[in-house]
Amino acid sequence: MDKTHDNKAWFLVIPVFVIVAFSAIIPLMTVVNYSLQDIFGPNERYFVGTEWFREVLNDSRLHGALYRQLLFSGLVLLIEVPLGVAIALAMPPRGWTASLCLVLLAIPLLIPWNVIGTIWIIFTRPDIGLLGRTINGLGIPFDHTAAPLDAWVTVMLMEVWHWTPLVALLAYAGLRAIPEAYYQAARIDGASAWAVFKYIQLPKMRGVLTIAILLRFMDSFLIYAEPFVLTGGGPGNSTTFLSIYLVKQAVGQFDLGPAAAFSIIYFLIVLLFSWVFYQVLQRVGTGDK
Amino acid sequence: MRIRKRTVALTLYLVLLLLPVYWMLNMSLRFNADILGTFRLFPSEFTLANYVKIFTDPAWYSGYVNSIIYVSMNTAISLLVALPAAYAFSRYRFIGDKHMFFWLLTNRMAPPAVFLLPFFQLYSTFGLIDTHIAVAISHCLFNVPLAVWILEGFMSGVPREIDETAYIDGYSFPRFFLTVFIPLIRAGVGATAFFCFMFSWVELLLARTLTTTEAKPIAATMTRTVSATGLDWGLLAAAGILTIVPGALVIWFVRNYMAKGFALGRV
Amino acid sequence: MEAFEWMAWTGPSATFFAVIFAILVGMTVWDLRSPSVPRRGFLPLETTRGDRLFIGLLGSAYVNLLWIGVTTLSPWYSLAMAVVLLALVMRYG
Repeated sequence: MDKTHDNKAWFLVIPVFVIVAFSAIIPLMTVVNYSLQDIFGPNERYFVGTEWFREVLNDSRLHGALYRQLLFSGLVLLIEVPLGVAIALAMPPRGWTASLCLVLLAIPLLIPWNVIGTIWIIFTRPDIGLLGRTINGLGIPFDHTAAPLDAWVTVMLMEVWHWTPLVALLAYAGLRAIPEAYYQAARIDGASAWAVFKYIQLPKMRGVLTIAILLRFMDSFLIYAEPFVLTGGGPGNSTTFLSIYLVKQAVGQFDLGPAAAFSIIYFLIVLLFSWVFYQVLQRVGTGDK
Repeated sequence: MRIRKRTVALTLYLVLLLLPVYWMLNMSLRFNADILGTFRLFPSEFTLANYVKIFTDPAWYSGYVNSIIYVSMNTAISLLVALPAAYAFSRYRFIGDKHMFFWLLTNRMAPPAVFLLPFFQLYSTFGLIDTHIAVAISHCLFNVPLAVWILEGFMSGVPREIDETAYIDGYSFPRFFLTVFIPLIRAGVGATAFFCFMFSWVELLLARTLTTTEAKPIAATMTRTVSATGLDWGLLAAAGILTIVPGALVIWFVRNYMAKGFALGRV
Repeated sequence: MEAFEWMAWTGPSATFFAVIFAILVGMTVWDLRSPSVPRRGFLPLETTRGDRLFIGLLGSAYVNLLWIGVTTLSPWYSLAMAVVLLALVMRYG
């Protein structure tokens, strides 16, 4: 599997580079420029140096949003990855039932994000929602517009409902790539289901799980539309995640400078975590340390 | 016995998965007064009025058309540029390859909110505001890296001997790539197209920022209508259900590719 | 360049991007002249020059943020520390 060393391969990558760089680099540079200035209008801006960074880093509401965000993304990974893998393991290996499962699993993924919020508003409202009505009917007071805990539970439920299928689809892809011979060998050795999972299925799923974990981490860390539509960040600030707070600042108050500084810090946090995940996941199971 | 327990659990999960969608479907087939008045698991006074309204009002249905246009454009562009690049990453080592790969990934990591203004300015500079191609290109930001990533997995699953044999047989690179290689990873291309379609279809912030009227996506029409008319639950639910339809059609068509594609990928 | 007035350039940010760009070009030329060999230094993973540059730059960003967030002293100090950090990572990482 040794790849040929050839710098001419760059020519194949150039179109990708150009099209991504166009949308990536110029806006990024602009945001860095914003973060150093106090902007009142197109022609009225003043250089303020690192002032915005200082302000943002010492903003206690931002710290709150960051802790909530870390807790949220942590829970997302802890719930969705094992659940997704379990679903993939339970799915039939082939046949029309497998196709049916794939199609059904993909449905939540194909709904625009703000519509996801709308679905869950309709589903959880105490008056017209099936879930809200049922839970209240059981004698448990439930209202995600008033109680922070209920809001959290609703947002988590929505997130798990929305994205676990992605993990399941990717894990399923990984499982299907395992040659039948491996399982036969395991049967001959009399390996238990757990041993098969630990020594065959899990290592073979490493690649897809890397994709799944990274995607789920990045997207959940940047989550905006769904909770915004569902709870608007409330009640109080209880479901104000980083992106919601950022939009409140950037659009609501039109504080471009601090919002830009905030974005850069935000980006650096995601970058660090993703890089660490990427490095760790690349190495787990391959033997080299 | 264990197999059966598994199937039951899976079925239960799928039912729970469909429940919120079913509930919205239920709402979409009822009148507003009925929705707010009585609580029912099934619509009793069945009506298609909400759907009729959407299909007869250009403000509504043009939103669907717009979304479908830019999503298709985006899927085509993403595949077109990602295929050669993924081949390069899977077959060659070149200077900065690993860093390039990771840089591509980082483009999914920028919080979109603050980037909206520069995006708007950038696309204005090129006179692209309110065109379908603007949204299609902006969505390449997150779809192209993903496409390269997924395709690279599939391509690495194809033995290198196939390339070498083809070159020895006198195939040029473009001819080999188009007539031999791409058919081999057909399923992978199908799976990738699905993911590109999906992420472009569900994205709203960029699509809404870069359009005003001519290319306005359906999801934006929905949010605006909600705030304008108060809460017309039935109409909102019907519009929501209709946003699922194109996606559902796409998965129906690529379902075999998905199953097979997922089976072939080295990933 | 009228058309790109909206990018709101400032001297320091222009300098920053120019330096980054120059480093990338320099590293590319260096790597073309003498390709980098992965090695183990004090960092807990095997790195090439490019990897160390990335780690160094990301580390520098965090050093600067920490300084700005915790102290009210001039950011020039933290910039100097970041440069030292970058040099250490590049040389011994």
